[in-house]
Amino acid sequence: MALLSAALAGVIFGFGLLLSGMANPGKVQGFLDLAGAWDPSLAMVMIGAIAVGLVGFGIAKRQAHSLLKLPMELPAATQIDRKLLTGSALFGIGWGLAGICPGPGLVTMAMGIPQAIVFVVAMLAGMQLLRFIQK
Amino acid sequence: MMIDWVHFTFWQSLAGGALIGLAATMLILFNGQVAGISGIVGKLFDMRQGAWRFAFVIGLLLSPWLYRLFAALPEAQFEFGWPLYLVAGLTVGLGSRLGSGCTSGHGVCGLSRLSKRSLAATLVFMGTGFVTVYVARHLIGG
Repeated sequence: MALLSAALAGVIFGFGLLLSGMANPGKVQGFLDLAGAWDPSLAMVMIGAIAVGLVGFGIAKRQAHSLLKLPMELPAATQIDRKLLTGSALFGIGWGLAGICPGPGLVTMAMGIPQAIVFVVAMLAGMQLLRFIQK
Repeated sequence: MMIDWVHFTFWQSLAGGALIGLAATMLILFNGQVAGISGIVGKLFDMRQGAWRFAFVIGLLLSPWLYRLFAALPEAQFEFGWPLYLVAGLTVGLGSRLGSGCTSGHGVCGLSRLSKRSLAATLVFMGTGFVTVYVARHLIGG
């Protein structure tokens, strides 16, 4: 059951990325380009996602266990430190350069787009590189 | 600022966003897990109790194929050569793990949890995203 619900969540997440325009790097860059012809669509994606998420996480916060009796693993970290800020700054640079973040990278890779495959492979390498540096 | 009304997909983006929020809600309420894609991918091969991560990623990878059964896949504009995607992928992989999250983990789930830490992360990556596109399109690209 837990695997089925996770897979279904993955499918719905992907549908959301496709429908919203997040899986189109050109559209993402249109949002990030404040000085050009600005496409506000991504702001609507955030509003739609957070409006629903507020309800979901609002309920989740008050539960010790999930509906499938699994532990509720909400992040515990609250500190705003240099790691968080440096990492996020780097992430934003990469996101701006290509117009792709991890979710849309996976979805467009599955669509067979060669540049997306390069992106995902490099992203996995970047993740492993960090693990290596931190050891 | 000039708004690009031609490409502004108000309802589609709002509905797509709601689906993303629904998926995140399902994953937290049923599995007790946060739908942060960089975290899920980064820990994909940590074998202890990680099978749900595989299931989620498989769902995500199947999504365009299932989407095609209902509607035409939307356009995906990849406008540059592969070296740019190599550099961007490396930066995204490194940065999202160092910063403990990306657009989904911090931007959607974190803000939905009202986490100040995620708000800080989101403001920073939006900020550097805006600056990067400005530099690439208007200072270098012209």
